[in-house]
Amino acid sequence: MAVDEADVRKIARLARIAVKQDDVATLRGELNKILDWVAQLDEVNTDNVEPMTSVVAADMKKRQDIVNDGDKAADIVKNAPETQDHYFVVPKVVE
Amino acid sequence: MSELLDLTIAQARKKLKTRDISARELAQAHLDAIDKSAALNAYILPTPDKALAMADAADQKLSAGEGGALEGIPLGVKDLFCTTGVRTTACSKILGDFTPTYESTVTQNLWDAGAVMLGKLNCDEFAMGSSNETSAFGPVINPWRASGSDKQLVPGGSSGGSACAVAARLCLGATATDTGGSIRQPAGFTGTVGFKPTYGRCSRWGVVAFASSLDQAGPVTRDVRDAAIMLGVMASHDPKDTTSLDLPVPDYEAALEGGLKGLKVGIPKEYRVDGMPEEIEALWQQGIDWLKDQGAEIKQVSLPHTKYALPAYYIVAPAEASSNLARYDGVRYGLRIEGDDIISMYENTRSEGFGAEVQRRVMIGTYVLSAGYYDAYYLKAQKVRTLIKHDFEQVFEDVDVLLTPTTPSPAFGIGERIGDPLSMYLNDIFTVTVNMAGLPGISVPAGLSSDGLPLGLQLIGKAFDEEMLFRVGARLEEAAEFTGKPEKWWA
Repeated sequence: MAVDEADVRKIARLARIAVKQDDVATLRGELNKILDWVAQLDEVNTDNVEPMTSVVAADMKKRQDIVNDGDKAADIVKNAPETQDHYFVVPKVVE
Repeated sequence: MSELLDLTIAQARKKLKTRDISARELAQAHLDAIDKSAALNAYILPTPDKALAMADAADQKLSAGEGGALEGIPLGVKDLFCTTGVRTTACSKILGDFTPTYESTVTQNLWDAGAVMLGKLNCDEFAMGSSNETSAFGPVINPWRASGSDKQLVPGGSSGGSACAVAARLCLGATATDTGGSIRQPAGFTGTVGFKPTYGRCSRWGVVAFASSLDQAGPVTRDVRDAAIMLGVMASHDPKDTTSLDLPVPDYEAALEGGLKGLKVGIPKEYRVDGMPEEIEALWQQGIDWLKDQGAEIKQVSLPHTKYALPAYYIVAPAEASSNLARYDGVRYGLRIEGDDIISMYENTRSEGFGAEVQRRVMIGTYVLSAGYYDAYYLKAQKVRTLIKHDFEQVFEDVDVLLTPTTPSPAFGIGERIGDPLSMYLNDIFTVTVNMAGLPGISVPAGLSSDGLPLGLQLIGKAFDEEMLFRVGARLEEAAEFTGKPEKWWA
């Protein structure tokens, strides 16, 4: 499966990365080289093989459903580029 | 002064306890060495004030006959670990001056045991790389050079700053992380010991995420004992990380004792790859002989899916990365580049903030997870991963540990492979299998290449059996008698 330039632009859009028109062809080449190489997995028979979901056999622990952290609004917004009254400020989303 | 820098953690610990040396003079000696190490670019943020304050606190405890397992020991911290009040960037522009208001569990464990933080260490951007050339702070330079050459070499990656700092005597040990070989490969390139524990042994809480099902923290040190000392402190069960193992942390130093008589060591034939330099092959054979001479039984074994581990990794890791890195959107952390609307703000921020390799991996990850391709790529890779793990489980029914080379070559030159992502990825061919199966692995410096560069041998163990790696690693280290040290050309 190879990607064309339209695919590259679509992937970039999905990944939320602005790609310059000049870079699309280069990226396409690089992505196709990687995709070509990973295609060797097609040689492996994976019929009746379960996909891995957990790399180490361990039961996931559940914590008690209680509040054990919080009240840190100032900490949470501390590193944001733009904030107001403990809110993150973003460009206008709704017209 | 250089005597202080050449101490191992175990030696320094003893001298600190008997008060032959103070934590302050030990920290100061390292800070002075760091000051003169700009040419290596290992430290991207030294923290001298913090180091001296922590050292003074350690001296107080030590004078009172108190103190933890690492009291007064100066360490470097890979910039992937969040440190309260100290800038943490993952060596990416996108995090800007991000200054965490919390501490990673691993580093907290170290400070609780009395360790002293010297500063933050360079690494590949978001730990994506095998040469430490993708860092937004520029490449780290390997303190080692080939005999008679002044060509600059890479230290390996992604924990290149950690390995460089330990090899160049800029700290006694360093934290590192390993997603596909990022502790062991740089350890191999710099003549240091790198230990990647079983997935879940160290908490991932507060470590900047790359590929969550593969990421694992571990130490880089100058010998195997020091790795045991550091891992004993770094490892813990952490309720804040649901994948952290709820198992007692064994006494790893005690595990260093013990001979090899009756142990079965597996030699996987699939690790003998085309084009592997003869000297790597010879070193591997030497390692086999060393273990055999000490009474180990050597068994040829087969891990048939080995060659598929790397391509499967380059589906799984980018997929997880594309998801983990979605949080860098110009809203909550660091960099924001304005646009016409919110989407273009996201796109401009991520285009400006992520380097080329990170963008490439996020795009590959986005593609393999996208509608219509998920089954063909991502699900297929996770099935192959099951087969890789199964290979190991079968082999470990017959053997106690596996011995392989750490890397298919010694350190290469700056700029030599960065233009070709695939040839860069092949660096991790011997290390990535371990992450795919969640197993522990250690790289031990075992010899020098014909042109005088360090080479490592890797031991791979069963899940949870770090103790076996410390025991066999210590015997391998004794046999190899590696005493190599880079010439100090940078200061």
